[in-house]
Parts: sequence; C-alpha cells; structure tokens
Amino acid sequence: MSTLNARIEEKLYQNRYVVDAGRPHITVKPHDKPSEALKSLVTTCPAGCYSMTEQGKVEIVPDGCMECGTCRVVCAATGDIEWNYPRGGFGVLFKFG
Amino acid sequence: MGTIEERFDAIVVGAGPSGNAAAYTMAKNGLKVLQIERGEYPGSKNVQGAILYADALERIIPDFREDAPLERHVVEQRIWMMDDTSHTGMHYRSDDFNEEKPNRYTIIRAQFDRWFSSKVREAGAIVLCETTVTELLKDRNGKVIGVLTDRHGGPVLADVVVLAEGVNGLIGQRAGLREELHPRTVALAVKEMHFLPQEVIEQRFNISGDSGVVIEAMGTITKGMTGTGFLYTNRESISIGIGCVIEDFTRTGQTPYGLLDKFKSHPSVAPLIAGAEVKEYAAHLIPEGGYKAMPSIYGNGWVVTGDAAHLVNAVHREGSNLAMTSGRIAGETITYLKRRREPCDFDHLGEYRKRLEESFVLKDMRKYQKIPDFLHGQRHFLDLYPRLISKAAQTWLRVDGKAKREKEGEIMKTLRKQRGLAGLVADGVRFARAWR
Repeated sequence: MSTLNARIEEKLYQNRYVVDAGRPHITVKPHDKPSEALKSLVTTCPAGCYSMTEQGKVEIVPDGCMECGTCRVVCAATGDIEWNYPRGGFGVLFKFG
Repeated sequence: MGTIEERFDAIVVGAGPSGNAAAYTMAKNGLKVLQIERGEYPGSKNVQGAILYADALERIIPDFREDAPLERHVVEQRIWMMDDTSHTGMHYRSDDFNEEKPNRYTIIRAQFDRWFSSKVREAGAIVLCETTVTELLKDRNGKVIGVLTDRHGGPVLADVVVLAEGVNGLIGQRAGLREELHPRTVALAVKEMHFLPQEVIEQRFNISGDSGVVIEAMGTITKGMTGTGFLYTNRESISIGIGCVIEDFTRTGQTPYGLLDKFKSHPSVAPLIAGAEVKEYAAHLIPEGGYKAMPSIYGNGWVVTGDAAHLVNAVHREGSNLAMTSGRIAGETITYLKRRREPCDFDHLGEYRKRLEESFVLKDMRKYQKIPDFLHGQRHFLDLYPRLISKAAQTWLRVDGKAKREKEGEIMKTLRKQRGLAGLVADGVRFARAWR
C-alpha cells in the first residue's frame, strides 16, 4: 500500500491545486462495512484519494482529486459517496490538460 | 457578489469545445450570451489527448490557424498491437498531410481552450469564470428558464440553456434530464505530459518543422481490459496516456497509474520518452457507450452538446470535433429560432436534433452503435489477437534453420489452439456485423 501511495504522490506533486480548506467536495457516507463498489475505489481512483482504514472502512482525502468523476460513476448505484464539483475557482488547475 | 438582473438570450454552461462553439456561434450572430465556467480560466478543468480536427473548427473560425496555439500537424499515424515485449505496427505517413491547411493538429487543451474563449469574448459573449452552476431553474410548466450559481445570490435567466457541461454533467442529471452514467459506458483515461527538447522529439520520431506523429496502441498493455494507449508529439512535449472502461478497472483491481507506468516502461515506448521531465498528471472520463448510451439531447428550454450528450466516436478516437460541431449546430439552431421569433421550447428545439441527424455527428454515432457491446462481449479481441499477431510475426521473421512450411504450420497451429477455427470465423463475422 505504501509503495502505491508513494508512486501516486510523486505524480500528483506536479499538479496545481487550489484546496478549499475545510470544504471537501467529496465525502464518503458513514458505513460499518464498505460495499464492493466503495472498496474498489481504493485501486480505481486515479489520484489514490481513497484508502482502507485499520477498522476496514473506506475513507477519502480529496486534496489530490483531479475531478474526473470515476468514483461518482462507480458509486452512483450504491450511493456510498456524496460528490459535488468544488466551488468555482477551487480544485485542480490544469496547466496543460 | 450581486445578482445579475439582465436577461439573456442564452446561457451556456461550460467553456470546453462544445460550449465555446455554441457561445461563439450565438454571440457572432448578435445574441446576448452568458457563458459560465467553473475553472479559474477556460481550460483549467479540461483534459484531452489531444488532437484537434481542423474541419470542425474551420466551420466556426475559418482563419483559426492565424493565432490558435497549435503544436504539430499530424503527418504520421501509427497503430500498434502490443504484447509484453513487442509491437506489430501499421503506420501511415504521407507528405500530403504537409498541406497549406493541415487536417489534424496536436494541441495542449489548457492553452487552446483559453484561446478559443478569447474568441468567444471578442464575439461579444460574457464569460464568467470561477463560477459553478448549481441548479437549473424551471417555471411552473417545467420549462427551463435559467440557472443558479455558487457566486450570485439570485437566479440568472435566459430563453434557453445550452448544457455543455462535460462528461460528468451534474446539472442535467440532477434536474432529471438524463440518467446517471454507467461504469460500463465510460472509460477512465490517465495521461502525463513529458517534456523534451524540440530537436530530441524530432529525431526520435523522424519529423521536422511543425510535423508530428500520433501513436495509438492496444494489446496486453491494458491487461485484458477494454481500452487503448496513446502517444502524441507536441512541439516540446509528448502526451502519453492510457484508458480503459471503468467497470474493467473495478473488476480487475488494476490501478490506472500502474497501467500508465507499465505502458511507459514497455520496451517499444520507453526509448521514446527517455530522459523527459514530467510536468503534469491528469485523469479524465470519456463517454464511450456510443449511440445507445446517448441521453435526450433537447427539451423544453434546453439542449445538450458534446461529452454531456455522449457524443464520442471511440472507434476513430474522435470527440472534440463532435463536440464543436454539436455546439455550433446548437448555436445555429437557437439563432434560427430567435430570428423567426419562435420559442425555445421542446417542439422547436427538435430542430437541433434534426440538424444533428443530417450531419456526420449522428450518422457516425449510428454507424458504430454496436461496437461498445461487441467489445464488451469479446474482451479477447484486444488481448488475444495482438498476442497471436506478435507470435506469428516472430515465428515468421526469426531465422532458425526451420523450413518455411514448418513455420506456416506452426502459426496456423497456434491460431487453432488459441481460438479454434470456428472461433476465428465467428470473431470475423461478429466484428463485420458490428462494424457495418
């Protein structure tokens, strides 16, 4: 897990973000046991924002989010997450896109 | 922030290729247009490979070549079928592509979209950035009459709203205008920007001046998932990326960045990007469900364009041209209705769909409507065949004292063993049916 995180962090380090501190645009709804869809985000999220806690729950730190919407589509049927665009002007800022 | 009291002829949500095409077309024709973009500047939220198809833009801004930020015009297309150590290529290169008005260019979207947006402003539209549209407003009869945003307290009103909001299209979905996307009909692509000196790129790809090369790759690089890789030459950088259907990622547990790193380290790819400085990593969704996954594209007071309308021709790697064309046609339709003093209601906006049907956009979408289901049911197409072709090529080319007839026999035996004669024939028939 830690090597995965190191690899993705190195990639995201190149990107520019304007983080809306204290107002995450994606949240995981409270759960006892994550659904298969929610668990799959740990590997499928291209920014590695999702991780599994020691208690076996899925959590998100959306700071490196590229706003692609993958997690939104994966969890659309299960309703495990709340997904919004960041407020205008916040979030990822592509230099090249 | 105060409220916007003015009433507009049209509000355009989003400043990508389709939104810019729509806003430009309407503003140029004298309509009062407000365009709303959530990014700090147009392009700051947008991601593409990226290839610009000149024809679609030329029909909107004929002299775009004079000042648009273009990288290289494409003179060579390589299609690579890859296994873990090899690629079998089909290359097409032609000096005919070195024409006065080239047909395809590589571009960098953040720069290109900014340029396109400057043209929209020059044409007279108001472009409001750093503003996220939060809701569509409807009147008592269900007609869309405007939007709410996160920057202005009150509603912003218009006769029609053009939803050029991109693949995620939250506004339209939340207003119940279309269904949520399905993990099977959307691909997730990741890409990196690799910077190298111009002359190094030109040496490595055998190009000079403004000419460029495009590589599209398929095979074991996607590890049995439905998807493709790509590599495009820009002036001083290389865009390299890979994408697969979302459902395949969740099913296999493959990570998108792991897949990209593997593709980059493939022996056919690694020397092309060796020594480059990576300056950005991006991810984006591509609506690849084809014609059958398309939502309603017009209604009472609204039209949908581009990715939000699922207008992507995955077979030909075309999307931005369908986006620009649908945006232009939406803009022309609204202009036409305004001039005739007709309302932008459900009945009259049907004209947008009609015009889109007559253009290449919906003709091409219809032509390939069976391809997404075909690929979903035939995952081996992108994995088995590239491997078989590679093995056949190696058997054929390796000189090892075996008689040629023996080699031919070996190749046929491998084909039969891996897929069976009946399987080969069935694959051919299914593919032909889906393609037709």
